[in-house]
This record gives sequence, structure tokens and C-alpha cells, in this order.
Amino acid sequence: MPREAYSELMKAIAAGKFVFTGEIQPKKTAHFDDVIRVAKILKGHVVACNVTDNPRAHAYLSSLSAAYIIQREVGMEAICQMTVRDRNRLALFSELLGAVALGIRNVLTMSGDHTSLSDNPAAMPVYDLDTAQFVYMVRKMVDEGVDLEGNKIEGKVKLHVGIVGNPNADPLEVEFLKIERKLKVGADFMQTQVVFDVEKAKSFLREVQGYPVPVLVGIFPCKSYGVADFIAKNVPGISVPKEFMEELKKAEEIEDNSRRKSRVEDVNVRYFTDFIREVKRTTHASGIHIMAVGYEGVVKTLVESVP
Amino acid sequence: MQTTPEIVELIITKPKAPEKILEMTNTYKKIFIVGCGTCSTACQTGGEEQVKEMAERLGVKVIGKAVVESPCDLRLVKRDLGGSKQLLDEADALLILSCGAGAQALAEHTGKIIIPGLDTIFIGKIERIGRLYERCRACADCIIYETGGICPIVRCSKGLLNGPCGGMANGKCEASGHTRDCAWVLIYNALKKQGKLDLFTTFRPPMDRSKKAQPQEVVNR
Repeated sequence: MPREAYSELMKAIAAGKFVFTGEIQPKKTAHFDDVIRVAKILKGHVVACNVTDNPRAHAYLSSLSAAYIIQREVGMEAICQMTVRDRNRLALFSELLGAVALGIRNVLTMSGDHTSLSDNPAAMPVYDLDTAQFVYMVRKMVDEGVDLEGNKIEGKVKLHVGIVGNPNADPLEVEFLKIERKLKVGADFMQTQVVFDVEKAKSFLREVQGYPVPVLVGIFPCKSYGVADFIAKNVPGISVPKEFMEELKKAEEIEDNSRRKSRVEDVNVRYFTDFIREVKRTTHASGIHIMAVGYEGVVKTLVESVP
Repeated sequence: MQTTPEIVELIITKPKAPEKILEMTNTYKKIFIVGCGTCSTACQTGGEEQVKEMAERLGVKVIGKAVVESPCDLRLVKRDLGGSKQLLDEADALLILSCGAGAQALAEHTGKIIIPGLDTIFIGKIERIGRLYERCRACADCIIYETGGICPIVRCSKGLLNGPCGGMANGKCEASGHTRDCAWVLIYNALKKQGKLDLFTTFRPPMDRSKKAQPQEVVNR
């Protein structure tokens, strides 16, 4: 029997809608202005948005605080990313109780980039739990109302737990076995790492089709050729199609600022509209996760271009 | 006759920077140097030769030196330092070329000021001179039967029990800039070879960290 849907995200998926989610990355600031500004751009175009938790192990405004403020001030649902890198099981548990009390209904579990990549590389990496064990703990909290040791929680914990899958992983078989392990433990949804190659996305989805868990495919519209080039060179295992890169490069040769921007947007919208249509038409994916950090303006156009 | 095995598991140490040692020793006039005849000898950080070199470096303030077979074993400390009692009493401080366990055993035994000459970096294997690899983190809960003889606690940068993580690419680990093998890919390959892939997909529950939450003791009698 499917679990009860507590969040707008899971309700929309349960209703059979093809959903879009966005992504917001808090900065190194003690102010909410920027996350609120970005959330307002995304609102109405996505059902919910991820709020990142110290990506690249760089310390920023906390994911939970930003997720809460986005829900309260902007009225858009958050998917609170939470890594096991910075907190032991006590802190994870307590943060989750706080999150649920503040109205957060989705948490996306992640290992978190290693502290060796950090802007504070001398930090101690925690990893008391791994993500599979984190999912296990959330299941205990939600399904049994207890912590890892069986201590009772007062009141119900209404929360959905997501995991990340990587279609670019190599060897891919190891990735599938890991995903299988986490799904058996009881994840509610899966979001994929960025994928550009639609065939890669499709074959990944075919492999995980046997599991009754909704999958959101991650895409990354590129604000410039430089961004695409950076991804191609720095995200291991990822392949950014040559034609897409070349079109972006050509678009950037336009001197007029607004014409150039509009041409870059056209390139992105054309490429990703085809991508999304193909995913929607040929796979069981429940939606698309659009990681357009710093390029949020494209989300509206992209979503509206896919009927 | 004893033969030297090709690969030995030891406590691996490395020398502290000379300036750091000078900083710690410069206020003392009489120093006694103690080396280690086991791990630090194998690491070439605290054997006869390194003790001699250190004595030469520090010059006249060194009033005595000795290499204890295993400074971490109080019985051997008593045996090997028995003849140096007078010099040890006279010394202002002891400069120790052994791991932290040896240095602390000597601190307890002598009550003297201890200057650590080495940093203890890991428990590992020595393949040959200059090639030392961490292989055990003394986690008090060995699971390598389930993981193809490869310890994920120490060889996975994140110490994950249900890996790999999303930082694995082309079989390599993100923490090393994708130069070092991902431990979980090694585990997968090993278990596949052994026909035990079911162990790979088995969910391993959270580790009981209480086993290492306090200083560990073994007191049998």
C-alpha cells in the first residue's frame, strides 16, 4: 500500500501529475533576502524546490532555516537537503524533528561532498550514519514513531525521505545495487544527479523501473558556455553533448546583450524541452528537477514550453 | 632465523619537523632520547639509526639514548631501560621516537617531561620503504568478512557502511580528486569474484560507536 502523502510534491505525484522542482542554494550570509528573491522567481512554476545543504562542503546559510523561510514568506514548498557529513545521528534526528515542527515535509538525504573539497578543509567529516542508514532512521521516525534506539517520539512525524541516484556513475552496476539497497530500506522518492544525455536518463530509468518509487530526473540549464564547459570538465562521469555546447558558444558571439541572453535561453529551452518531452513520453519518470542555480529565470519558460 | 615478511602491519609514524622539535627541546639542558625497536624501526622513524641522527642533531644536550624493543610494552621498557636509570633520573626531558602509545607508556613509567619526536599517523601496512598504507582504524567492530576483506571504515574516505556515495566516478573517490580507488568499488569487485554479491546489497545498520566513545581498556585479570 502506498504511504500517505504529506507534502504537495508527493500529493502531486500521487495524483499522477508530471511535476517540476527547482533548486535554491543559500549563500554565505546571515540574511534571507537572496533565497526569498530566488524563491519568488521559481514560485508557481515548480511544485517544490530543493534547498541545498552546504554544497561542495562550503559552509553557507543553513538549509533548514532557508527552507522554512521560503515556505513561510514565499509560500512555496521546500525539499530540505540534508547531508550526513556535518551531523551525527543525534543532530540529524533533532534537526528532522525541528524541520517537521516548522512544516517541512520533504527531506533529501545526501552523503555530502567530502570535507577535502571544502572552503574549510580542516573541518572534521562526521559520517556517523550513511545515507542508507539515514533513510532507515527516517522510516523509524515516520512509520514507528521512534528514534534509532526505539525511544518514543511524541506525536506524528509527517515527512517524506528522498535519495539521489546517479545515471552518470561508472561502474553503473554498483550504483544500481546501492540504489536497490536504499529503496529496500524505504525511500519515498528519488532524484537523479544532473544528466544531459537523454538516452542515459532513459536507460537509467529502465533499470529502476521495477521499484515503486517516483523518480525525478535532474537537469542543468546552462547560463553560458562557460558554465557548460565547467560542468563537462569538472563533474566526473558527465557528458555534455557537443552540439549543445557549440550552440551555446555561437550564441555567445552575439554582441548585443539582450539578444545574446535571449539566444542562450533559446538554446537551453530547445535542448531541454526536447529532453523533457522525451522523458515524459517514453519513461515512468514522475517529473524533472531543474537545477538552474543562478539562472532561475529560465525555469518559467522551460516549464511552460512542455505541455 | 627470523625472516622479514614482505608486508607488515604496523603503527605508522612520521618525524615531526626539525623546527618543531627544536622549539620543544630548546629550554631543556639534558635530554635522553628513546627509540622504538618495532614499528618505528620498520618505519625508519625511530630505530637505532634515527636515534643516533637525532642525538647528533641536538648535540651536547643529549645525555643518553636507548632503543626499547617495544616502548608500548611496559615489561620491555623496564627491561631495556633498567641500565639507564641514573641518566633517566638526571634528564630534564625525554625525546621519544615512537608512536603515541609508546611515548605515553614512557611518560607513565618515568614521570618525566615527554617530547614527542614523531607524529602517529595510522595503523597500516608497509609494502616497501616509502610505501605505507592505512588499513585499520581500530573501530572495535571488524566487518571485513562482509566486505571482501576490504575495510570501508578506513578505506572509504567517508567511512560508509553502505557505499559507494555519489562522489564515486570512474571507480575513483572524490576526496582524492578521483585519483584513489573507491573502496566500495573495490569491495564490489572482491565480492563479485568471491560469488558473494548478496553481501554487497545487504543493508548494514548504523554502527555502534559506543565501542569507541571512551578510552578503551582490556583488563582480564
